[in-house]
Amino acid sequence: MTKRRYKFSQGRTIGLTLLGLVSLGLLTSVMLRGNDVALFMPKGSIAREQHSLMMFAVALMLVVAIPTLIIFYFFAWRYRESNNKATYEPNVSHGKFFVLSLWLIPSVIVLTLAHTMWPATHKLDPHRSIASDAKPLTIQVVALRWKWLFIYPEQSIATVNFVQVPIGTPIQFELTADETPMSSFWIPQLGGQLYAMTGHANRLNLMADTQGDYTGRSAEINGAGFAGMKFIARASSKEDFDLWVQKVQLSSNVLNTGEYEKLLKPSENNPANLYSVAQPDLYDTVLMKYSGSHRNHTEHE
Amino acid sequence: MKELLIGKLGWESLPHEWFTIGAAVTFIAMGLVVALVITRLKRWKWLWKEWLTSVDPKKIGIMYFIVAGLMLLRGGLDAIMIWVQQALSTGSSQGFLTADHFQQIFTAHGNIMVFFVAMGFVSGLINYIVPLQIGARDLASPFLNTLGFWLYVAGVIMVNMFFLLGGEYAATGWLGVAPLSGREFSPGVGVDYMIWSLQISGIGTTLGAINFIMTILRMRAPGMTLKKMPLFTWGSLCSMIMAVTVFPLLTATLFLLFFDRYFGTHFFTTTAGGDPMMYTNLIWMWGHPEVYILMLPSFGIFSEVVSTFSRKRIASYTSNVVGMIGVSLFALSVWLHHFFTMGAGANVNAFFGLMTMVIAIPTTVLVFTWIATMYRGRIRFTTPMLWFLGFVGLFSVGGMTGVLLAVPPADFQLHNSLFLVAHFHTMVIGGVLFGIFAGIAYWFPKIAGIRLNERIGKYAFWCWLIGFLMAFTPLYVLGIMGATRRLNHYDASTGWRPFFIMALVGGIIIMVGVALQFVQIIASFIQRRQLIDVTGDPWDGPSLEWSTASPPPSYNFTVIPQVASRDAYWEMKQQGLPEHTFEDIHMPKNTASGIYISVFAFLAGFGFVWNIVWLIIASILGIIICVIARTFNEETEYTLTAEEVEKLESARIKRALAAHASKDEGSAGDMGLLEFVQVVIKWALDVVKSKRWRSW
Repeated sequence: MTKRRYKFSQGRTIGLTLLGLVSLGLLTSVMLRGNDVALFMPKGSIAREQHSLMMFAVALMLVVAIPTLIIFYFFAWRYRESNNKATYEPNVSHGKFFVLSLWLIPSVIVLTLAHTMWPATHKLDPHRSIASDAKPLTIQVVALRWKWLFIYPEQSIATVNFVQVPIGTPIQFELTADETPMSSFWIPQLGGQLYAMTGHANRLNLMADTQGDYTGRSAEINGAGFAGMKFIARASSKEDFDLWVQKVQLSSNVLNTGEYEKLLKPSENNPANLYSVAQPDLYDTVLMKYSGSHRNHTEHE
Repeated sequence: MKELLIGKLGWESLPHEWFTIGAAVTFIAMGLVVALVITRLKRWKWLWKEWLTSVDPKKIGIMYFIVAGLMLLRGGLDAIMIWVQQALSTGSSQGFLTADHFQQIFTAHGNIMVFFVAMGFVSGLINYIVPLQIGARDLASPFLNTLGFWLYVAGVIMVNMFFLLGGEYAATGWLGVAPLSGREFSPGVGVDYMIWSLQISGIGTTLGAINFIMTILRMRAPGMTLKKMPLFTWGSLCSMIMAVTVFPLLTATLFLLFFDRYFGTHFFTTTAGGDPMMYTNLIWMWGHPEVYILMLPSFGIFSEVVSTFSRKRIASYTSNVVGMIGVSLFALSVWLHHFFTMGAGANVNAFFGLMTMVIAIPTTVLVFTWIATMYRGRIRFTTPMLWFLGFVGLFSVGGMTGVLLAVPPADFQLHNSLFLVAHFHTMVIGGVLFGIFAGIAYWFPKIAGIRLNERIGKYAFWCWLIGFLMAFTPLYVLGIMGATRRLNHYDASTGWRPFFIMALVGGIIIMVGVALQFVQIIASFIQRRQLIDVTGDPWDGPSLEWSTASPPPSYNFTVIPQVASRDAYWEMKQQGLPEHTFEDIHMPKNTASGIYISVFAFLAGFGFVWNIVWLIIASILGIIICVIARTFNEETEYTLTAEEVEKLESARIKRALAAHASKDEGSAGDMGLLEFVQVVIKWALDVVKSKRWRSW
């Protein structure tokens, strides 16, 4: 083993590192081709705004991070021990201005971001109704082990692991759970998630603006069937939606107390199922079961 | 009768599945081999007297490293199993694990990595280095320290105990969120094992933290004011103050969960007025600060490393310290960002989002002080410095994704996704673990008396860095594609599989890095005559730990140093070292009380897991008796007279001179992998040829 091989070559290391990072980026983008990138392909108004907010935040942070990292690695290279040309000044004294800028730069960035974040948090509060000319549609969602039950109270229909919504219509999802640990209701392409919890009515407002089938799932672990607790959210035109509702209303498959008891039993990877509803206040019954600890989030607002 | 005697235990509790049998056989075989070697070498008494009952923080530190290193392998094995399952299990394939087993694995992975790897290494470093840095001979309460360590060991055994009895661990995620962890949804013993493992080691952490706060505040060398304290000590102080603040919360929360499970109370149940949301709040009020408890010592390590290897004082020491204090204060007021999605109002969410972003200010300041430290320095690219350079890149990414997650509307999309998983692994691996590795490489000459092999160390670093990027970049992407964490199966149509496979490859590269780190340590000992540090100061270090021998004598310093400025040892080296005069030294005596108490604590926990009432009562009585007996023991110190110290010192100097004379300067640098393999093969052939193995 010669000494030469052991010598550290900065130039080569920097080159190889950059090459590695670039090829990692290339590999990732090749692998992404033809796949759904849910958060970058929003199909609903909330998801769109969340997406652009994320992009803004990332861009703002990169304004500081990129120069910082460049300076950081440049200094590391520039002041390497073997570089005799670089000044060595062990007792550099840093003035007040230096200390001030240490604190000022990140503060400005954080305050700018906070300035955007605060109103955006209010505007995109999931409890907040979406302003629209169309009449909102209420869908009651019950997280069960391990499937999602959707009840359309006005239409008197119910579905399991499938939900259809008309585009351009604000949807109010009322979320709760029954005999199920905390679950999180998430349809990435329509917007962010919200927890479904026993004895609570949590409200999530979303609105689809493009037709299509989108995947939804539970994002919070809730037991053995967690991975299979997914559903299709279909956004269709208003007309198609109405037709679909009529069809389901005629279904001989009726969601009554007996059928609900069956749904309450744990089961995994449930197929989609459609019901007409015999018991219009099923959702309230589920909530009242836990009335000892019943709290309604949206009523506090 | 059986209930009374052995509680819920039964034949079915014995190992009967492939993984429990495998683990049980491995544990027993390893235990037998170790026992055989110790017996053969007649080292039992030595082990007990010199190590297990020792109150020397240096020895306890080394024992922490050994246990944490073993747990790193254990947690790493879990990680590999998670990656393999996710790479396999798509479409019609279900992988090789059931959903329940998969969930147990990632739960155990989280618990082990946070409590027993990260906390173990951090505690080890603080134990070893802090007393040396502040010029102290021992700790404020040496007994609390050994007790803390043995409670940690009891926790380690408890977290692995389910392999031998019970066969199941919690399947709830590492925080055991309610109501999933309640009796209704997790009736088995898995959650109980988790509760008692965390409970016992958590109490140990609290005791250790109290001890270190006392030590740092009361036992610094004369002249070392708080404003002259080294930065690693500052980081440790902030970390320990936070630990004392929040670990009692963990203890209380776990007790309430235990009451729910054991006595059927309703703190966190869904029915009868219980509130699972309270559990989420309480556990994160501990859980978020916990991340910073791990992070702050690493910040301190990096400050030491960048200053030493740039041959320059840290730029704006005050900003650095204020930054660390700022981080620890703000860290206490951000816990709600872990569950924006639970549905609190917009004002609450916005407030906690704002507090979280504010933490980015002091952390950015820390990064800026490090950059300014390198400016006009003389940078040596040693392995600690490489870990530092890797850390800053990863930490910037982790910091930015963290701030992104702190924007509530963005968090609604990213929460519980693999993006989140990638974010916190960037922080915990890139921040905490890289810091620990930098610290170990930096202080290894102090601890072992030999420098670590730089060459293999660099290979290990590059494996870790490349492996990390390969393993976690796909996780960021998967999160953006809408993949949630903790999935044991996903549809083939999602297109996620290539990313999971890439992550697995990255994970394997990380494992190669881990293996290289073990190789590095062995290779360094093989070349010890060349890598030996006779000066005690191999890096031209700034702080007091470098002013004493490597490894330091049990009393750390023959003469307690007088400190006049920051970077006290740099100053001394310029001013000339003070004269030696020997004095009597009072040292704490070894004690086995910590071990006895921990054994009883373990047995009590075991009794609670299996509902064995007599064992619980007996163990608690045992603990009380041990504590009382300890308080009546007044002969806890011994004295080394000045003559004895002088003798020890001259013997040490003689040894150092001899080592210096025989130091092997001629050969060509640190051995590489090829040479290492050659040496090992040669050694193995020698052993076989000499037939020495026959006498075993």
